[in-house]
Amino acid sequence: MEMSSRVPLTYSRKVLELFRNPKNLGKMEEANAEAMAGSLACGDMIAIYLKVEDGTERILDAKFESYGCAANIAAASTLTEMVKGKTLEEAWRISWRDISEDLGGLPSVKFHCGVLAVGAMRRAVRAYYKDKPQSEWLPKELTPEERQALEEEKLMEILERRVERIKAEG
Amino acid sequence: MTYSDLSRPMRELIESHGRPEREVYLDHENSGLIIPEALEAMIGAYREGGRGHPSITHRIGWISYQSLYEATSAISAALNCDTNELVHTHGGTEANNLAIIGSAMMEPRSRRKILLSSIEHLSVIFPAEWLGRYGFKVIKIPVDREGFIDLDTLSREVDKDTLMVSVAAVNHEIGTIQDLKAVGDIVKDRDEGVLIHTDACDALGRIPIDVKRLGVDLASFSSHKVYGPKGVGALYVKEGVKLEPILQGQLSTQKLWPGVENIPGIMGFSKALEMMHKHLDEYTKRMAKLRDRLIDGIMERVSHAVLNGPRGERRSPDNVNISFLYCEGEALTVELSMMGIYVSSGSACTSRVLEPSHVLLSIGRRYEEAHGSLLMKISPYNSDMEIDYVLEALPGAVDRIRSLSPIKP
Ligand SMILES: Cc1ncc(COP(=O)(O)O)c(C=O)c1O
Repeated sequence: MEMSSRVPLTYSRKVLELFRNPKNLGKMEEANAEAMAGSLACGDMIAIYLKVEDGTERILDAKFESYGCAANIAAASTLTEMVKGKTLEEAWRISWRDISEDLGGLPSVKFHCGVLAVGAMRRAVRAYYKDKPQSEWLPKELTPEERQALEEEKLMEILERRVERIKAEG
Repeated sequence: MTYSDLSRPMRELIESHGRPEREVYLDHENSGLIIPEALEAMIGAYREGGRGHPSITHRIGWISYQSLYEATSAISAALNCDTNELVHTHGGTEANNLAIIGSAMMEPRSRRKILLSSIEHLSVIFPAEWLGRYGFKVIKIPVDREGFIDLDTLSREVDKDTLMVSVAAVNHEIGTIQDLKAVGDIVKDRDEGVLIHTDACDALGRIPIDVKRLGVDLASFSSHKVYGPKGVGALYVKEGVKLEPILQGQLSTQKLWPGVENIPGIMGFSKALEMMHKHLDEYTKRMAKLRDRLIDGIMERVSHAVLNGPRGERRSPDNVNISFLYCEGEALTVELSMMGIYVSSGSACTSRVLEPSHVLLSIGRRYEEAHGSLLMKISPYNSDMEIDYVLEALPGAVDRIRSLSPIKP
C-alpha cells in the first residue's frame, strides 16, 4: 500500500543517540569561520563554527548549535564529527547524502535537515575565505544546498509578511 | 514509500527508545485510551450481540439489529435527538465529509457558498476546499486571538447564496468553546435556509451537548474522542434536512450510509459515551482542575511560555496548549517521549509540511510560536500525580532543547 506524507518518523538508533547526547555542541569562541542557515520562522536553524588552521586550511575543531527537530540536531552534530581533521576542500565535498548515510538513514521528509547542515557548513567555508584570496576549487555560484537554505529563509520572510498583512487588515 | 519500508526502522526505533519507567499519556488529541467498559462491550458484541448483519432475516440478524438499535437509541438519547436523526459513520472525518459534501450535492444546487471558521479541523476545511474546485465558493471567517469567530464578518457574509456555515463547537487545538447559539441566531436571522453544521468531535464529553439546544442542523461526532474505539463516528441530521449519500453501495439499515454497520464499534462508542455522560459533571470538573494546575504550573516554572486559547470557563476542560519560544516543538516531544511523557506539537516538523498549525497562525501566533507549541490533552483517567510528574520533568526538557539552539531567550 502507498502511504501519505503523514507517516511516523523513523529515527535511527544513531539519530536518537546524537539527539540525546550531541557531540560538539555549543558556541566556539575561538572559531575563525562561522555561519548560520535557516531561521526560527522556518522551525529549522543550524549554526556551524569552525576552527581552521591557516596555511594548511585544515579543520582543527568544529562545533554546532541547532534549533529544530531531532533529525536536525543529529545532522548538525554528525556533520561536525565528519569535518574534523579534513581540509576545507574535503569538507566542502560532504553531501547531505553522506550525512544521511552516516546517521543510518534519515526519513525522506527529513532529508532537508542534512541539506541545511551542509548549507550552513558551506556558508562557514565561504566566510573563512571572505577576506582571503579565493581558492580555485571554491565554486563562485551558490551550490544547491546553499540555495535551498536561502530559499527557505526567503519563503519564510514572505509568509511572515503575509501573516502580518492579514493581521493588519483584520 | 510503502508500509513495509517503515517497519524495520520503526522496530529499531522502538527498541532504542526503550520503555520509560514512568509513563504519562497526554496525547488524547490523537487518541490512545479506551474506556474499559467500552472495550468489554465491543468484545461482547463480537462474541454474540453484534456479530451478525442487522438487515438479515434470521435469529443472529435479529439479535444484531436489536443490539444496533439499542446502541443507536442510547447515543441519540445522549445527544437529545431521534434515532432517525443519527447516521453512523466511520469516524468524525467521514461525518464532516458527509455533512459538507452531502448537503452540497443535494438538488437543487442553487446555493454555492460555504462559510467556515478559519480554525476548523482539516476534515472540515478539506472537503469544503475540494468542493471549491467544483464551483463552490469557500470563505473562511477569521477568529480573534482566543479563537472566537468574528460574528460581524460572519453576519456580513451570510446571504441567499449561502449553503452552510460550519463552526466547531470546541476547537481541537486550543479548546475554544464557541457560542454556537449566537452563531445560529445571526445566521438564521439573515437567512432561514442556511444550514448550520458543527464539528462537535471535541465537544462531546467536554461540555454538555444537546443538539436541539445548540440549534444546529448537522453535528459531527467521533467515538475515539470520547475514549471509545477508533474509526467510529456519527452525524446528527436534523429531521427535514436533506443530504445526498457520499458513499454508494448496498444499503443496510441506514438511508445515508451503505455497507454492513460496524455494530461492535457502535456499541463501544455508545458505551464510552454512556460512561462519559454518567460522570460528565465530575469528570469535567476534575479535568479542568488538572488543566489549570498544569497551565499555572508551567507558566510559573518555564520562562517565555504563552498559553494558546482562552482561559477558564470558555476553554475546554481537557485542553492545554502552550508555546515555548526558542524551543522547537518536535524536538521537545521526542525529549518528553524519552521521559515517558507523550504529547503532540503544532510544529511544522510534526505535520511534515513546511506550514505549522493553521489554528495557531489564525489566532495571530508567529511562526516560531507555532513551531514551539505543545498540545496536551487531559483525560478523566489522568491523575494529580501524573500532572506532578509532568511539571517536574517539563522545565528541564525545555531547558535542554533551548540549550541546543543558537538563539536563546
Ligand atoms: C475536531 C475534530 N474533527 C474531526 C476529527 C476526525 O475524527 P476521526 O479521527 O474520527 O475521523 C477529529 C479528530 O481526530 C477532531 O478533533
